[in-house]
Amino acid sequence: MRSKSLTRPLIPGAGKLRCGVAMLLAGWTCLAGAAEPEGGWKWPAGLHGYLDARAGVRTQSDPVEEDSPLHEIRAQLEFSPAIGDIRFQVRGDLVWDGVAEDDRVDLEEGTGPLDLREAYLTVSPLDSLDVKIGRQILTWGTGDLLFINDLFPKDWNAFFIGRDIEYLKAPSDALMASWFSRWINLDLVYTPRFDPDRFIDSARLSAWSPMAGRLVGRDVAMAVEVPDQWFQDDETALRLSHNLAGYELSLYGYEGRWKSPAGFDPVASRVTFPRLSVWGASVRGTLGQGIGNLEAGTYESRDDVGGINSLVPNSEVRVLAGYERELIRNLNGSVQYYAEIMRDYQDYRANLPEGMTARDEVRQVATIRLTAMALSQNLVLSLFAYYSPSDRDGYVRPVVTYRVDDHWTVTGGANWFEGEEPATFFGQFENNNNVYASVRYGF
Amino acid sequence: MNTRLAIILGLSLIATAAWAQSPTSSGATNAEVLLAKSHQTFYAAGADMKADVVMELITGDGKQRTRALTMLRLNAPGGSEQKYFLYFREPSDVRRMTFLVWKYPEKEDNRWIYIPAVDLVRRVAASDNRSSFAGSDFTYEDISGRDISADTHTLLREEKLGNNDCYVVQSTPKETLDYVRRIAWIDKTTYLPLKEEYYDLQNELARVFTADKIENVSSGDGSGVIPMVMKRTMLNVKSGHRTEVTFKSVSFNVGLTDDIFTERYLRQAPAKWIQ
Repeated sequence: MRSKSLTRPLIPGAGKLRCGVAMLLAGWTCLAGAAEPEGGWKWPAGLHGYLDARAGVRTQSDPVEEDSPLHEIRAQLEFSPAIGDIRFQVRGDLVWDGVAEDDRVDLEEGTGPLDLREAYLTVSPLDSLDVKIGRQILTWGTGDLLFINDLFPKDWNAFFIGRDIEYLKAPSDALMASWFSRWINLDLVYTPRFDPDRFIDSARLSAWSPMAGRLVGRDVAMAVEVPDQWFQDDETALRLSHNLAGYELSLYGYEGRWKSPAGFDPVASRVTFPRLSVWGASVRGTLGQGIGNLEAGTYESRDDVGGINSLVPNSEVRVLAGYERELIRNLNGSVQYYAEIMRDYQDYRANLPEGMTARDEVRQVATIRLTAMALSQNLVLSLFAYYSPSDRDGYVRPVVTYRVDDHWTVTGGANWFEGEEPATFFGQFENNNNVYASVRYGF
Repeated sequence: MNTRLAIILGLSLIATAAWAQSPTSSGATNAEVLLAKSHQTFYAAGADMKADVVMELITGDGKQRTRALTMLRLNAPGGSEQKYFLYFREPSDVRRMTFLVWKYPEKEDNRWIYIPAVDLVRRVAASDNRSSFAGSDFTYEDISGRDISADTHTLLREEKLGNNDCYVVQSTPKETLDYVRRIAWIDKTTYLPLKEEYYDLQNELARVFTADKIENVSSGDGSGVIPMVMKRTMLNVKSGHRTEVTFKSVSFNVGLTDDIFTERYLRQAPAKWIQ
């Protein structure tokens, strides 16, 4: 078990700016130097990426957090060489992070001055087989910012504090084998060591602590046990898919663990990642004037069969239905309905410790997305909102993006949480409401 | 006598009217036939096609944006269905994105877009073929062709455009769209559209398409050459914004297969075709 404490001292990031900028400049100079031919400077062919400066601020004070959950500069570099039939993909960020207090590079958690997003090779040993080995971003399933059968790691901090949406997906260190035939395609992903979500980090976001019975942040240590034994604490995910005249049909399986710490070990006083199996299915295709999708999954919480252990999450059935269409030209709208149905609710109620608030048997969430484009699609206004009638909480994400030219993009956005209870999923973040802005130069 | 004369005159007038009408009705039929031929030449030449495409989006005051992509197209054998695969190279924020379209002439297309940074295959709602393609002055329909049966076509006249003899065909959409008619100058020799004018709901000239450079490209199968519009422009007359599209490295009948137009290659662009 890898143990760590998520407590961060309340020290502002003084002095880090110089260090970070120096590091970025050093990296830049190295790249430029490597690329400089005798005749003068030339950017290396095939090297792409961006520079992104981004800052956010809370719109209300939080007694246990800094005013800013986000101020950072990222230089993302991407290179995609090929040697014969072997294709490589390397993409990583050099980061100056003004909020994180820990400067050490941790590629698992994506902290420190290097965040390696991708480093994999792809080979096709057979015409019908692709194999991808290494660090990779993986996504499947049909939900829009709701995930049932996509059990690949997410970065919820990035999502809630205003990083670009691409950072919601955290990388997996895995082997992916994909076999294709006329009738069925099979994707198999083996992760030899458990890759958890980059779950809520108390250095940036205050959240509900059932143990403390209040919202906690930098003031309270949350001890976490991350299973990290190679080939023992592993994960396997598979998908069988078929495209039937434009209708995408998929079956899914997953064996691993709850991706964010969902259990609690009272002896060690640590949050844990209990074992989990998921089986599911989805369909997506044209429906009327738009696109409809249905997805379901059954979550087997293998460390609590029967639902009698209150320290381990119960098994659930999760379902999702969505519909998207163009409302008028340059304005798209979508709606989704999502439910988590607890399978052993009576046992859950019977075994709930005294004083703990019981959740509903069915947690329901509805979402809406509106995307408008103007000025030759250079201005994009996007609004995504979650509302849970069962938890009586919600979360709204407005984002405005303007492409100034082919290189420069400016973005502004907000993350706004609302809830009646501090213990519900979105309600717990009510002190983290924030607005942010970014400037990006892509090349 | 007068009565008889009147009857003869009347019958003559009816006959004349009927005779006068027949070129119009046969003109409409002819117009549809030649438009179908033009459509085939412009949008569906060869069994398949590969091309590198550069789009320059230019504002009225000269500011310029560039979209660069590789396009693969495959025609369904014996039918009018097509599949398109687009791989974006520029600008940087869409680099490596891929776009897949299964196009059906008389029903909604199936469209998918792949966003590599998050490994996400998104389904795109395709109800409005009149929306802009990649922010340009071309619509999806302008890129891949409009269903011929969705319009009423009339051969207006035959005239020279520059040095080229042309049919001038008016196409009127059967349903209400953002334009009320399109007038196309179709080259009598190649059947390529050399110019198109789109008139908006106020019946004012709104957009003008021009074929600026035409070259003969090897058919790739030994059957000769295929005339191809290598440079084309769509001008928004009212805003002054225009889009210039240049085709490079065009090859026909290269041997594209159906499996390229699937999720496998959407996620991992086919190296054989996308260098």
